[in-house]
Amino acid sequence: MPKVWVFAEHRRGRPDTTAFELLTKARQLGQAEAVVVGARAPEAAGPLARYGADTVYVDDNPVYDEWVGDPAAETLRRLLTEHRPDAILFATLPDSREIAGRLATRLGLTLISNAVDIRSVGAVRTTMFGGSLYVDCRIDDRPAIILVRPHSFPAEPAPGQGRVVPVRVELPDGLRLVRRVEACENAARGPDLAGAAVVVAGGRGLGSRENFELLYELAALLGNAAVGATRAVVEAGWAPPAAQVGLTGTTVRPRVYLAFGISGASQHVAGMRQSQTIIAVNTDPNAPIFKIADLGILGDARKVLLRLIEALRARHPGRLEG
Amino acid sequence: MNIVVTAKYVPDPDLPGELDGFRLRREGVPGLLDPIDQCGVELAVQLKEALSGRVILVSMGPAVAEAALRLGLAMGADEAVLVTDPALTGFDALVTARVLARAIGRFPFDLVICGAQSSDGSTGTLGAMLAGLLDLPGIGPAKRVEVGGRLVRVRRQMAAGYEVAECSLPALVAVTSDINVPRFPSFKARVAARSKPLTRLTAADLGLGPDALRVRQAVVAITPAEERSPGEIVVDDGTAVARIIRLLEELGVI
Repeated sequence: MPKVWVFAEHRRGRPDTTAFELLTKARQLGQAEAVVVGARAPEAAGPLARYGADTVYVDDNPVYDEWVGDPAAETLRRLLTEHRPDAILFATLPDSREIAGRLATRLGLTLISNAVDIRSVGAVRTTMFGGSLYVDCRIDDRPAIILVRPHSFPAEPAPGQGRVVPVRVELPDGLRLVRRVEACENAARGPDLAGAAVVVAGGRGLGSRENFELLYELAALLGNAAVGATRAVVEAGWAPPAAQVGLTGTTVRPRVYLAFGISGASQHVAGMRQSQTIIAVNTDPNAPIFKIADLGILGDARKVLLRLIEALRARHPGRLEG
Repeated sequence: MNIVVTAKYVPDPDLPGELDGFRLRREGVPGLLDPIDQCGVELAVQLKEALSGRVILVSMGPAVAEAALRLGLAMGADEAVLVTDPALTGFDALVTARVLARAIGRFPFDLVICGAQSSDGSTGTLGAMLAGLLDLPGIGPAKRVEVGGRLVRVRRQMAAGYEVAECSLPALVAVTSDINVPRFPSFKARVAARSKPLTRLTAADLGLGPDALRVRQAVVAITPAEERSPGEIVVDDGTAVARIIRLLEELGVI
């Protein structure tokens, strides 16, 4: 049975959701094992086992928290050389990309990125043209280094053996190259975008930041919906980067996606085309969003948004008062 | 301050892409200097204007990529190298990084700038791989870059929020499109760019043999994703909101 490793990112000992997603996939492919590093890595071992890790390699050296990329890449290089798994999975997160890229060059191995599925250790699916085409790739090197787009598949708990193997790789000072000096977390307002059942999203077609703000009101009226944005809206400063849906943002797969003033550039569609139901409002009859919308409204996004808010308020008198 | 910028010629990202077998068609379709690399060139030229030095563009691609490099030269770069070689067709991330690293290594540099993610569906790992091959500290994805003395300080775009990281030069930074708005070169600058040096190289010129260029992955199939059939399009005549509400009710959302 192939041995499939997952490099688990965590924040203060809490694994990132992507670690659970990757473990869910890893145990479908073979024996799932995880690697987690950093001062609070030991706290992550239990949760990782609950998502199927049979073995968790834990290095609690704080060097990984302070120094980006190189130390973790070197530790993985040593562990991979010793334990020879068939594949190692990363999420396409900034730190994981830094680590995976360096690891590949240190080992002289190729890698595949932006995977949306893995059918077997050497068979990886990516997409093209905003997700409208599946591209199936074969990867010949072992371990296969695969970077997976977050939220490409669900995370399902299933207990693994959870054997914890403490490791302490001695790292030369020469790997302390890039130092973290400050962090600022400004998460998107409201519930987590990636896991939301309902997403209300806006594009430039809303016309202004003030109009975009109306989406938060709609989200509240729909009961804990998350607010999403296109790249153009984030670049214009109407919404924080954490709200960006698309190829370079978050992938969402809600039950309902409401798109206001979004034309449907492939960049954006790549991150939301797996929504169960898409409702789109746009003035341009040729907007590509209408090709994938279950209900398309040809009209002014701001006006429809305002009237929708009004109608929902009338249904729930008192909700949102004050 | 000598700066090398990687510059990719890409099919116009605003046009629907075309396939050429299992690959994206890159020749015979309108193309340009990847917008993210335009940001990279802009950053390099701004640093050169502040600190003096030279800006060199390094690219791998078809012969038509020269047009993209001429734009970068018009923006203020001093010199360009294009690695173009029929042996470099089915390249992957590692081979691409090897070629660019060799080309970059031909120049003395303080800083290498590349795009955090190219617009034609790349891996987003070029920066990390180049840093690994060139044995450099590397930081990305950068939405702000400051150089002070021999220190480079970068604001990294993280999944939630940002992080500031720093390292000493020589170094590599991978930039996002948030970093600046690239200049639009004047006609005069474009004319002047025509006489700036542009060197064409092959893989052999870089000392890369078949082993270094062997691609260890391949596309085996391309299939259409599950099609979403377009639903109903309704002109908003005042009843649109009622339609939305009815659908939300049917779906049990409200």
